[in-house]
Amino acid sequence: MRSRIFPLIVTFVVFVALYLIGFQRFPAFGTTRVIANFLTDKSFLGIAAVGMTFVIISGGIDLSVGSVIAFTGVLCALLIGELGMHPLAAFGIALVIGAAFGAAMGAVIHYFKIPAFIVTLAGMFLARGGAFVLSQESIPIEHPFFAQISDIYYVFPDRGRLTVIAVLFLIVLLVGILLAHYTRFGRNVYGLGGNSTAALLLGVPVGRTTIMVYMLSSLLATLAGVVYTLYTRSGYPRATIGLELDAIAAVVIGGTLLTGGVGYIAGTFIGVMIQGVIQTYINFDGTLNSWWTKIAIGMLLFFFIALQKFLTNYRGNFGLSRKRAVAPAGD
Amino acid sequence: MVDQVPLLQTQKLTKTFGSVHALAQVDFNLYAGEVHAVLGENGAGKSTLVKLITGVYHKDDGTILLDGQSIHPQNPHDAQSLGISAVYQEINLVPTLSVAENIYLGHQPTRFGFINMRRVNAQAKALLQTYNLDIDVTRTLSTYSVAIQQIVAIARGIDMSAKVLILDEPTASLDAAEVQMLFKVMRTLTAQGIAIILITHFLDQVYQIADRITVLRNGEKVGEQLVKDLPKRQLISLMLGREFAEIAAAGESVAPPISADAFVQARGLARKGMLQPFDLRIAKGEIVGLAGLLGSGRTEAAQLLFGIVHSDAGEVQVKGQRITLKSPRDAVRHGFALCPEDRKVEGIIPELTVRENIILALQAKQGWFDFLSTARQEAIAQEMITALRIVTPDSSKPVGELSGGNQQKVILARWLAAQPEFLILDEPTRGIDVGAHAEIINIIKRLCSEGLALLVISSELSEVVDYSNRVVVLRDRQKLTELTGDDINETTVMRAIAEK
Ligand SMILES: Nc1ncnc2c1ncn2[C@@H]1O[C@H](COP(=O)(O)OP(=O)(O)OP(=O)(O)O)[C@@H](O)[C@H]1O
Ligand SMILES: [Mg+2]
Repeated sequence: MRSRIFPLIVTFVVFVALYLIGFQRFPAFGTTRVIANFLTDKSFLGIAAVGMTFVIISGGIDLSVGSVIAFTGVLCALLIGELGMHPLAAFGIALVIGAAFGAAMGAVIHYFKIPAFIVTLAGMFLARGGAFVLSQESIPIEHPFFAQISDIYYVFPDRGRLTVIAVLFLIVLLVGILLAHYTRFGRNVYGLGGNSTAALLLGVPVGRTTIMVYMLSSLLATLAGVVYTLYTRSGYPRATIGLELDAIAAVVIGGTLLTGGVGYIAGTFIGVMIQGVIQTYINFDGTLNSWWTKIAIGMLLFFFIALQKFLTNYRGNFGLSRKRAVAPAGD
Repeated sequence: MVDQVPLLQTQKLTKTFGSVHALAQVDFNLYAGEVHAVLGENGAGKSTLVKLITGVYHKDDGTILLDGQSIHPQNPHDAQSLGISAVYQEINLVPTLSVAENIYLGHQPTRFGFINMRRVNAQAKALLQTYNLDIDVTRTLSTYSVAIQQIVAIARGIDMSAKVLILDEPTASLDAAEVQMLFKVMRTLTAQGIAIILITHFLDQVYQIADRITVLRNGEKVGEQLVKDLPKRQLISLMLGREFAEIAAAGESVAPPISADAFVQARGLARKGMLQPFDLRIAKGEIVGLAGLLGSGRTEAAQLLFGIVHSDAGEVQVKGQRITLKSPRDAVRHGFALCPEDRKVEGIIPELTVRENIILALQAKQGWFDFLSTARQEAIAQEMITALRIVTPDSSKPVGELSGGNQQKVILARWLAAQPEFLILDEPTRGIDVGAHAEIINIIKRLCSEGLALLVISSELSEVVDYSNRVVVLRDRQKLTELTGDDINETTVMRAIAEK
């Protein structure tokens, strides 16, 4: 078995186990109402986490995600409410600004050789500060377009609703998988994270790839912000504080190595869904404080990081014997 | 065969790193359809020349011309677009990607912008088969041996070469048959008009394949000649800037006294799929050579003896006492040391200084609470720098900034400085220049005369034959025979390796 895929399998098993535990106690877990709700509730986290997966596979990190979502919400609310713009136009402007913001962070990381942690931390403060400069308060959005969007959904036989934003999440997921595994850009990202010097020597356009990775992450964070705006129908500068950490948790639980080079977008999806299952369980239970979700996720994170460590060591100590056994041409 | 106008030319090419003149005013001429060897001692500036041409480093001064046009590659990607492909000295592939992906990274066959993975894998498989390598190309690169990784890197470089191919020490981990195969491929390339730059420390290979030689010394070009006009002796003195005989002669030492009792003894040591039951005894002061082809089980024997891999049968004794070997730590506790073949991966800590890298093993052996004083550390480092002729301005330079060969010398120095009682050296002279080569062999001999038990794995027969008291021959993961005394010469060893 490929050791690369092993963490992904563990993630999947954990998901199924948690789901079955939920199902056994609350039969409603089996309905499309609950399942479709996972998708809708976690859509903005999921979209941001897809971008985060690219960043982490490339060997970096993006701490600005939560702030970018909040900034997008406030910006859209202002453009629609104050300037009377059509929401689609407002979203378009937000996406362009978001992409430029990410590209700028990527450029600083690449050209000034400053760690991504620092640069995106600065980006986090910038975007959050920007959101507060635009507005101190939550701005509700009144526009017929929002009602129209929330009226579009697909109804399953047992009344579960597949909403537009859930579909958007699934589309981002599919595009992410295609991009990661079937394009040169995607493979360059893996190469960069696997060994950046080697990638450079092999002719990977390191600068361009780095810039595009952060651009993609901010673009998806902005899209998550758009989804968040559709979901809450407001712009709030204090929104989604710390969401980047949930995204990182989903990525790591999904089997992506924090050291870069190895990971799966599909794993991130399961990582997000695991968080959804835990949260739903705790909501259904009713007696537990919702912060227990964080504790459960924390424990899972520990487990998965320990697993990664174990697998890396395992390969380090015993990999030699296995490789020799199957590669007789080696000495 | 050789055109009059160079395909690739550098004029007064200059590069300094801080106070180090890595390359000074070098005029280099590469003609279409030739194999051009660039030679020189460790740290002479060979890799720097390559990296300037391919845009890894940026020149301080001078010009680079391709087809008479001035070029300014900013990175290897630019160089590749210009038709210049390179295989760098350090094996530089991405360990976490599959073999096939490493070969086609950045230029995968695509359809409508999407990579056709099946074609990537099929093409990679076919490509490697032309090098007699039939492996699962979808597996992660890091699961394969250094030799296989090197062939993969070469296959990639060759597959991408359009005008110029640069090979920086490509043959370091290859065996004789693989080298011949590479040369055959190189000849077909030159017949198509591709120009090849070859950097190597194996001078015999230069005479076999190269048409022209450029010699660098301390960053300066000291000669450019056709191979046929430059006999080997003259070449060596050109490289070293002095006569070679002086060093070689200095090393003749008296035969070391070998004690009668075995220091280390292995009995029936084995592991399924790796090594058949294996006996070995080495006394203090004795040098045992391990000979055999790639894949014969030499490295495996070393790994079993050092506790890197667990044996599933047999035992190891030290001074007649059976010891448990669960990990390299156990081995080190009994006075063992291993200088591994894959030094880049298993040895060097590039951010630490030369001094810190050298005293690492000694310090670990002493325990971290018994700290070596800075003065003592410096003395040891200086001794090693002088003895091994490590080219560095001082002992506080980060090892990552030394040339490839000098990094290897630092790792070797680390194990020599640790003063082990039993030392295993896996390919100690690989990638090391002729001058230092002789020095290292002298050091090996001296250590043994001081009572070290030594096991040396080397693909260079002449070397094994020169210093070994006994030669153990392995084939197909099995000990074939043991040669002693007058039986130790290249012909008998060669015959033992080859005969069925
Ligand atoms: N990145 C760097 N930073 C600082 N100094 C460097 C760097 N790269 C090379 N040097 C220095 O430049 C000089 C030439 O190094 P180079 O790697 O070109 O040698 P080389 O001829 O390839 O030697 P070898 O045979 O050992 O590979 C050395 O003194 C080395 O220390
Ligand atoms: Mg070099």
